[in-house]
Amino acid sequence: MDTTLEKTGTEGKTWGGGNEPFKASYGKLMMWFFILSDALTFSGFLAAYGFSRFKFSSEWPIADEVFTHFPFLHGIEAPMYYVALMTFILIFSSVTMVLAVDAGHHMKKNKVVTYMALTILGGLVFLGSQAWEWKTFIKGDYGAVETKGGNILQFVDADGERVALDEFAADYNVARERQNKNEGLWYETESALPDFTFKQVKEGFAENEELHIRTLKNNEEGEKTILSREASLAKLNNQGKGVVQGANLKHNEYGMPLFADFFFFITGFHGFHVFSGVLILVIIFFNVLVNTYEKRKSYEMVEKVGLYWHFVDLVWVFVFTFFYLV
Amino acid sequence: MTDHADTQDKSSATKRIWYVFSILSIVTIIEVALGIVKPAFMIENTLIDLHYLNWTFIILTIVKAYYITWAFMHMEHETAGLRRSVVWTSVFLIIYLIAILLIEGGYIQDVYSDSFIKWNL
Repeated sequence: MDTTLEKTGTEGKTWGGGNEPFKASYGKLMMWFFILSDALTFSGFLAAYGFSRFKFSSEWPIADEVFTHFPFLHGIEAPMYYVALMTFILIFSSVTMVLAVDAGHHMKKNKVVTYMALTILGGLVFLGSQAWEWKTFIKGDYGAVETKGGNILQFVDADGERVALDEFAADYNVARERQNKNEGLWYETESALPDFTFKQVKEGFAENEELHIRTLKNNEEGEKTILSREASLAKLNNQGKGVVQGANLKHNEYGMPLFADFFFFITGFHGFHVFSGVLILVIIFFNVLVNTYEKRKSYEMVEKVGLYWHFVDLVWVFVFTFFYLV
Repeated sequence: MTDHADTQDKSSATKRIWYVFSILSIVTIIEVALGIVKPAFMIENTLIDLHYLNWTFIILTIVKAYYITWAFMHMEHETAGLRRSVVWTSVFLIIYLIAILLIEGGYIQDVYSDSFIKWNL
């Protein structure tokens, strides 16, 4: 344990700082207490999510209906399979990390190299998966209409199945050019326009008799309320304001803007941790390659970065439960 | 950490790692299966504002967190003082924070639904 430290001449002197009640090195202790404080930061995020969810418990989006995509499986509903896969990737990279730490205890450099490389690979695959998840979430799925009060109206057919805007919106070209600052007014750029105007959606909805509107309100079974045809028409015509496709921090087609905000902040903050974890792993990996720890006769550095990596996995376990499952 | 590296032989340490990995995998599979099937009786019955399914998810998550911290992060080999200073501190503060925020959130929901505030169109 003390191979990396100079002797200070205070060994065994209780009041000279010479004893180690926790029997752990300074670096490892500091990693533990950093993890403790970081865990509290994540708890703050997740508790804030819980607060908002309890506050809006009768209209919060249902996660299974939001995250239904799987790469290369177009049009097939696959709720949660993808996040479950991401969870496995991260758990497995944790296993390779702990195997690297174990190999380090036995001073087996080659094994440390192999297992750390696998861990870095797992981290990169996870980051890529998260990027894909964000892309799908931002791009949107069915599209919806936002009301003047900031609520979301979604469209369903007679069986209660979701219907995408492009399946019924009136088909004529009213597309307006997006205002960019290199054309028209040089000081103004507007955000991306949806594929359809609100007028097209309204007309298309009026023509398709089997369409209904689904509101955010949960009924007794915990499912979203579907309005009758007349109520749907009245709601759309009186309260509708504009079309939303996909999600950003202010609007999203899945429901409350808060839901998307928490999604971006919590998974983003976690993704940032994975990213910095990969970075630190790469640095330590090269240190292993150039024999730094062979010369030190201790692979404790691998153990410290391992602690951080397992913590990132630990946080994901909680994010998975509270964002996707509960 | 040198203590247990010396006392534990190689095979038993790796055996423990794979054992914990299998527990984590099985628990995750159970969670995903429950999340897809959503058994009716678990949703209909509630205990302190949360239905059984959500309690199951939370308990299974804590089981996973225990194994990750104890086995992967080697908490089981640390001294009792280190273990307590990290685990007790975080568990106490997190439970306190969550209890306060959830009670407050539930109260605001009650105000929205039962008082004179109109459902925002």
